[in-house]
Amino acid sequence: MSERTLYDKVWARHKVADLPTGEDQLFIGLHLMHEVTSPQAFAMLRERGLEVAFPDRTFATTDHIVPTEPKARERPLADEQAETMLQALETNVESNDITFYGLDSEYQGITHVIAPELGLSQPGMTVACGDSHTATHGAFGSIGIGIGTSQIRDVLATGCVATEKQRVRRVEVTGELGAGVYAKDIILQIIRTLGVDGGVGHVYEYGGPAIEALDMEGRLAVCNMSIEGGARAGYVNPDATTYDYLAGRPFVPGGDAFDALVEDWETLRSDTDAVYDDTVTVEADDLAPQVTWGINPGQVVAVDEPVPAPADITDPTARTAAEKAIDHMDVTPGEPMLGYPVDVAFLGTCTNGRLSDFREAAAILEGASVAPDVWAVAVPGSEQVRAACEAEGIDEVFLDAGFEWRQAGCSMCIAMNQDALGPGEVCASSSNRNFIGRQGDKAGRTVLMSPAMVAAAAVAGEIVDVREVTT
Amino acid sequence: MTVEDLAVRRVTGTGVAVRGNDVDTDQVMPARFMKEVSFENMGEYVFHDARRDADGELNDHPFNSRKGASIVIVNKNFGSGSSREHAPQGLMRWGIEAVVGESFAEIFADNCTAMGLPAVTADQQTIEGLQTFVEEHPDAGLELDVEQARIITPEAEVPVDIDPAAQEALTEGIWDTTAIMRANLGETEAVAAALPYTDR
Repeated sequence: MSERTLYDKVWARHKVADLPTGEDQLFIGLHLMHEVTSPQAFAMLRERGLEVAFPDRTFATTDHIVPTEPKARERPLADEQAETMLQALETNVESNDITFYGLDSEYQGITHVIAPELGLSQPGMTVACGDSHTATHGAFGSIGIGIGTSQIRDVLATGCVATEKQRVRRVEVTGELGAGVYAKDIILQIIRTLGVDGGVGHVYEYGGPAIEALDMEGRLAVCNMSIEGGARAGYVNPDATTYDYLAGRPFVPGGDAFDALVEDWETLRSDTDAVYDDTVTVEADDLAPQVTWGINPGQVVAVDEPVPAPADITDPTARTAAEKAIDHMDVTPGEPMLGYPVDVAFLGTCTNGRLSDFREAAAILEGASVAPDVWAVAVPGSEQVRAACEAEGIDEVFLDAGFEWRQAGCSMCIAMNQDALGPGEVCASSSNRNFIGRQGDKAGRTVLMSPAMVAAAAVAGEIVDVREVTT
Repeated sequence: MTVEDLAVRRVTGTGVAVRGNDVDTDQVMPARFMKEVSFENMGEYVFHDARRDADGELNDHPFNSRKGASIVIVNKNFGSGSSREHAPQGLMRWGIEAVVGESFAEIFADNCTAMGLPAVTADQQTIEGLQTFVEEHPDAGLELDVEQARIITPEAEVPVDIDPAAQEALTEGIWDTTAIMRANLGETEAVAAALPYTDR
């Protein structure tokens, strides 16, 4: 078992009791909530006549089902199911005194985008949300875990989850990223290397020079996709980058109180003699832009590297999976993804819907035009991100290039609103999942990549190497 | 309900095999069916898209022909991706009372335990053997013995692995953790108060 890691220290602080099952009862310091996975939990609470134990530690917003076109956000929503879900959330938060950032709030956005930018997510916390991408918050040096609805009921009723401690794997990322290569490429490379189930039973501690060099938004993108590698949580030890990011944010105290927090946060870092269950090393030097070629986020190649041939895969089950992926994606084994035509370009999500993502894409789009047959849509991860982009004129760059510029939500990452792929359409996407049907029609196809690569694909109408694009 | 009512010590019934690695929860429950505020109808939507051809006609997916089965047998990394409890809720409401596989994604396995639905594992050879057996003998009765961690078929008795905490939770009827943890509210308040980031 691990010793003296940040994970061990944060766990110890939040442990309430040993449960008769052998699990630990762990206090959840920050509970985030959205409209899709919470109404059933409130119904269970009502059935049992229980009240919310720590309403001040829960924050809610609406993201999954919300329209992103400004005029479609007027109430009641045209989609009756979406309106019902939103009303259920509004009723539940009001009757339980839970802070809620709804469609009329300047703080509305994707849970995993707003909690960091508001300073709700801080080092040393335990964070839970009925959403698998809760690992995102680990970027601050916290334990973020995705939970199901029965566990949301537990968090509401008790402030805790029943859970078991995991093994800790140190993922050391050495070297330095080259131009045109980003945090997204690092995490895609990690998932490719360790597999989509390589992290089961583990949390990932990301470290090494390439991780330390990332800004907070890059670290958020890396931690966000821990779950795509099977790790329920992933984190980065807090440092000056973390503290600088947090200083002055709405939910972060100032003055002496901030200094005291920093002093405490410094003690949380994994000790130099910390014990890990294992360590793996990934090289960032010479890393090329990464893209997916298949139907899970571990089916990854460098943009100029051939798609693998099923005949070369010895394990029969893996070979069958590769054949299914190649058939669905209509890609050619032995050929790179370069030149693969795209119909849709989608920029946004809890992985890559932050200000730096839109800046990187805007640098590619400045003075360029989206290819004639491509539908390109930009969806800021929060209303705060949208406002920040608009203050810099980034929205104008997107609009001039031929992108649609939307309001905040999960949008085409999960296609629970009006934004969706049609049959057979190919999407160059800054999201996190390329599962069959994930972005809408089950014959739709997703290629995951960095925001800059999405912008370059939108302009070219096909997948290109963003390092070859002159800006 | 007493813990005795909630205890899950054995599951009996026929089996159904759903083959393939990395069957994610988007395949088990496509997101568009989650736009309901209750789990009530989820049994109707389970594997909705996988059960249909491009033209919408029902295909040869085992869930189209094996209604009535109680034990689903799956391969590696089943339930990966989204944390949606709608996926195991859909399986349970369709009639599944136990999930047997090579491995499970963590959140999926936790959701199953939190619902009182056993999720147990065995090696690839054992699982593939069970899948072939239920495909060839669709009416044969299976028994998952949670207490002894084994599956009994008319032909064989095979050991399975179950997380010790899940096994304890199921066999003792304490998988619903709300009341147990709520009893520790005082201790929880004390832990919360000691944290540097709470105003308590």
